[in-house]
Amino acid sequence: MPKWTGTLEQIDEYRWRIPQSYKPGMRVPELIFADKAMLAHIREDQALEQVANVATLPGIVNYSMAMPDIHWGYGFPIGGVAAMRITDGVVSPGGVGFDINCGVRILRTNLVYDEIKARMKELMDGLFNSVPSGVGSAGKIRLRGKEIDDVLVKGSRWAVNMGYGRREDLAATEENGELPGADPDRVSGRAKERGTPQLGTLGSGNHFLEVAVVDEIYEPETAAVMGIDRPNQVVLFIHCGSRGLGHQVADDYIRYMMTAMTKYGINVPDRQLAGGPIKSTEGQAYLAAMRGAANFAWANRQCITHWVRETFCKVLELSDRDAGLELIYDVTHNIAKIEEHVVNGKKETLCVHRKGATRAFPAGHPALPPQYAGIGQPVLIPGDMGRFSYVLVGSEQAMKETFGSTCHGAGRMQSRTAAKKHQSGREVLNALQARGITVRTGSLGGLAEEASEAYKDVNAVVGVAHGAGISRRVARTRPVGVVKG
Amino acid sequence: MRKYRLTEHTADIGLVAYGSNLSETFANAAYGMFAIITNPRKIRERESRRVQISALDTEILLAEWLNRLIYYFDARMLLFKRFEISELSDTHLTSVCHGEKFDAARHEIKMGIKAATYHNLAIDRAKNRVRVLFDI
Repeated sequence: MPKWTGTLEQIDEYRWRIPQSYKPGMRVPELIFADKAMLAHIREDQALEQVANVATLPGIVNYSMAMPDIHWGYGFPIGGVAAMRITDGVVSPGGVGFDINCGVRILRTNLVYDEIKARMKELMDGLFNSVPSGVGSAGKIRLRGKEIDDVLVKGSRWAVNMGYGRREDLAATEENGELPGADPDRVSGRAKERGTPQLGTLGSGNHFLEVAVVDEIYEPETAAVMGIDRPNQVVLFIHCGSRGLGHQVADDYIRYMMTAMTKYGINVPDRQLAGGPIKSTEGQAYLAAMRGAANFAWANRQCITHWVRETFCKVLELSDRDAGLELIYDVTHNIAKIEEHVVNGKKETLCVHRKGATRAFPAGHPALPPQYAGIGQPVLIPGDMGRFSYVLVGSEQAMKETFGSTCHGAGRMQSRTAAKKHQSGREVLNALQARGITVRTGSLGGLAEEASEAYKDVNAVVGVAHGAGISRRVARTRPVGVVKG
Repeated sequence: MRKYRLTEHTADIGLVAYGSNLSETFANAAYGMFAIITNPRKIRERESRRVQISALDTEILLAEWLNRLIYYFDARMLLFKRFEISELSDTHLTSVCHGEKFDAARHEIKMGIKAATYHNLAIDRAKNRVRVLFDI
């Protein structure tokens, strides 16, 4: 892959700028959050060119942004944030990506690692068996007839109504797990056909279930509000998305936008960025379908949460109350949202694209549930499966600078083929086990692709987000058990 | 003649497909895609599907062709290994694809593919060569 050879202007330790003059057609400059060492990696591929391409999209305001976990994507970079005015801007299905509302949630427990250590094998076997994972895995939920439409409209609420989870899970989910304005009639038959058997499945690729323990607490008072209150406390992460339903919605609408672009005279440097005016029939149709797919993803994570709780209590012979498996929060990291932000001192309604980026709203924001009004929105940053993950909170700085956004993960730095050449699945498995991590997977090849070494160091990525002030570090966890799809 | 080769990408995986004409190249791109998913030698020809695609132009036709086959795998669990393309114009493709239903006992899934993307997608008509990047 060719290196990126453009020139960057350094703003401060964590901020870099590429001027609007870098490429013809750019409507705004690029703003990149990274430190010097990270930039060396970022320059290895074409991610910064992709940030420039996004800067050409109609209606984009302030900057085309790259979060510190930025890496080369297809169209938008992964770790890209772009906000468009709803009056004259476009919405780009490629700016959300194929896995609509891929996201992550974290559950706390009342236990510390010593209380489960001896049962890790059984626990991981239990989780692996109770949550279908891998390519082609069919779910345990049988949706009949038009029931899928209900899932698309109600999201997490559908799942809770069906007995998958608790009422209080809803408030602990971004958008309550139910993005308003979803229209099932805008979701194609093919998308529904793909999604129907896949509800309640983890999928493959980088999706996972993780049992982790609290490794370090940076802000004890903030952490306590989330129910994180001691070292070695056991927590669980669930990372997955909208499965084939979301992939098909994205595919359907990228094609639809190709027609819209001709109709509205929109040109983009990369067809994967195809978009239509937010206010147009095409733009509204996509948003209505995307919201349906997002709700499907929330229902998916909610159903999985139920099985995780059930398994955890069963294997460890605990009551729900003793286990204390409360949902701390659920964030989406592939989405387009209509939000209010202040631009040049004026309140504006924008369509914020977060492609591999997390919302990071500050304390006091009206979108937050009451329990987090005083601390800000929890932000969850899973790292790679062998090292650390982080819990952060949103900040005023993010609101001012990044449309309330921050990074979403460690970010890949090695290709899947290179990772596989470097280490076999068996070697990765052994290395993880040597570090005390119990692994269950249906695909050793998949495990090799997701080796720690293929990812940037999440400590450095979070260090930049924290250092730049676009979110604050609250706690760090390390994995003790992983189910890989 | 070589059917395809895989290309590197940080997060995903791509391929370049070859052929003596564009129909053969399109068929080889599909073969290469299923070779990313599984070992195509293990796929038997037990079922056939007629696949017809219409698109605005040839680039979209190529992406849609591959995405339709991904849909058949994801929704119907069909793995294909042989692709007879009887008609290929700038905007239309007619084919019959041969393969079988996924059988966990015989087919190892190496990698799931979410979609064929338009990023860096290229069709070289002079060399009957196409390039495509998949979202993994």
